[in-house]
Amino acid sequence: MFKRLDESPLQTVTVVINGRSVAVPQGESVAAAVLAENIGYSRTTPIKQQPRAPFCMMGVCFDCLMVIDGIPNQQACMVQVRDGMRIERQHGSGV
Amino acid sequence: MKDHYQLVIIGAGPAGLAAATIAADHGVEVALLDEQPAPGGQIFRAIEAAPVERAEKLGPEYRRGAKLVTAFRDSSARYFPDTQVWSLSAHREIGVIHQQQARMITAEQVLIANGAFERPVPFPGWTLPGVINAGAGQILFKGSGIVPSDGVVLAGSGPLLLLLAWQYLRAGVKVKAVLDTISRVNYIKALPKLPGALLVHHHITQGLRYQQTLKLAGVELHNGIRDLQAHGKKSLESISYRHKGSKHRLKTDSLMIHFGIIPNIHLSQAAGCAHFWHKRQQCWRPELDKWGGSSIEGILIAGDGGGIGGARTAEHAGRIAAFRVLHNLEILNQQEVNHEAKQDRKWMKADLRIRPFLEKLFRIPDSMLKVPHDNAIVCRCEEVTAGEIRSAIAAGHSDSNQVKFLTRCGMGPCQGRQCSQAVAHIVADKTSIPLQQSMQFRIRPPLKPLTLGQLANLYPDETE
Repeated sequence: MFKRLDESPLQTVTVVINGRSVAVPQGESVAAAVLAENIGYSRTTPIKQQPRAPFCMMGVCFDCLMVIDGIPNQQACMVQVRDGMRIERQHGSGV
Repeated sequence: MKDHYQLVIIGAGPAGLAAATIAADHGVEVALLDEQPAPGGQIFRAIEAAPVERAEKLGPEYRRGAKLVTAFRDSSARYFPDTQVWSLSAHREIGVIHQQQARMITAEQVLIANGAFERPVPFPGWTLPGVINAGAGQILFKGSGIVPSDGVVLAGSGPLLLLLAWQYLRAGVKVKAVLDTISRVNYIKALPKLPGALLVHHHITQGLRYQQTLKLAGVELHNGIRDLQAHGKKSLESISYRHKGSKHRLKTDSLMIHFGIIPNIHLSQAAGCAHFWHKRQQCWRPELDKWGGSSIEGILIAGDGGGIGGARTAEHAGRIAAFRVLHNLEILNQQEVNHEAKQDRKWMKADLRIRPFLEKLFRIPDSMLKVPHDNAIVCRCEEVTAGEIRSAIAAGHSDSNQVKFLTRCGMGPCQGRQCSQAVAHIVADKTSIPLQQSMQFRIRPPLKPLTLGQLANLYPDETE
């Protein structure tokens, strides 16, 4: 589980993670926002339907694939949050 | 973005930033491409945006990055953030994705400065949510001020484990344990390298200071751990390991792992640059001359992507490579670049003195690299286990590429970045063909996923 440090407040945007609206700091990656929400897992694998979560946070492992604004297979660690963005768990291949 | 630049630099970490600044200051038309939204690379991630109190907790080495970024911002180098490179040819044609659009650009000189990533070392349970790379933990800290909520365990090997634990303590995060694989044998083998390392003793005193702080805070510190495993149903619930002959179990929902870093060589492999197996660093790295020139004319490599040396060395290597570029572009003559590079060479040599010691001390045990547990997933994308890979080898598929064809290991979206090393280790172990002679996965573009739409629009002028 993760938490946010108690820091001076930053500008936030509102995103919807699995149907829940949350305010997250502007400029943050989707993967970071999702981890801070502690949703457990962010996708299931296409072959064995196993739960996974972001692992490398730098674009090399592709374990953070999620459905962002309806488009599957987005690397959540490489996409920045935008106001109104819809972020959903990806099930399997996502298509 | 233009179709052509004199110099294209890939990566905005210390090497790329230093090189871009020098080249631009000498009048070169430079484009610096980077995947991240802001300059700094992984080491100085979010250096411009991190609030003062966070930067303070991260320590002085992190704050050094601000200088580099400021100098770069003040230069005339063109900067393209959020830009991915999906192809690089020996003729210096570069495939990029910029603002969702795929396109090809060319350059007279290319400098690869895309750094390193954490060495993937598969073990049972490493794919569970709750298990994350320590470097990823640091990215979360630097970029977002996000930290483990309670009782994180850090395990693996390397200076980053201590550094991160120390940073967490400063931020008031409870660290349950730091478990390192380094054994007494490592200490003994590292000892002869100690005098050289002591010449740059600030690294060592820093490490000792971290260790002392952790001990005083009551963090469990164990060396020589083996057989690390992660357990849980839907996410991490506990970890187990062996220490001094007995098995231990720790309850935790957060495990951060780190087994050193390895050069990111997909681009240099795709371009066809020559590489070799570096025994001491336990990784493949490109063959480079003393200016960072690869085996291909006009393609240079600086920073950890050319071999692991750390942030300071990367900065010097970036500048040295930039001087070579200035020579290749006939802006400075040989004598001038020799002179200009002198100071950086001196500092780099000094900074690298610690490396032989670190490499011996934090050497990952071969027994872990060859993934002893048959049930451990090696290919995270295609979910191929070590046992399946061994079966493929036993059935006569005796090199990495044959294993890939048979099992799909390495064919998923990460394109083998996470499994190629482990597969090579398993193949070398089972076939007794030494790693330096073994064949690696063939790397072909696109190195990043491209949509068909992006490909179709690659040359918009030529379509009717």
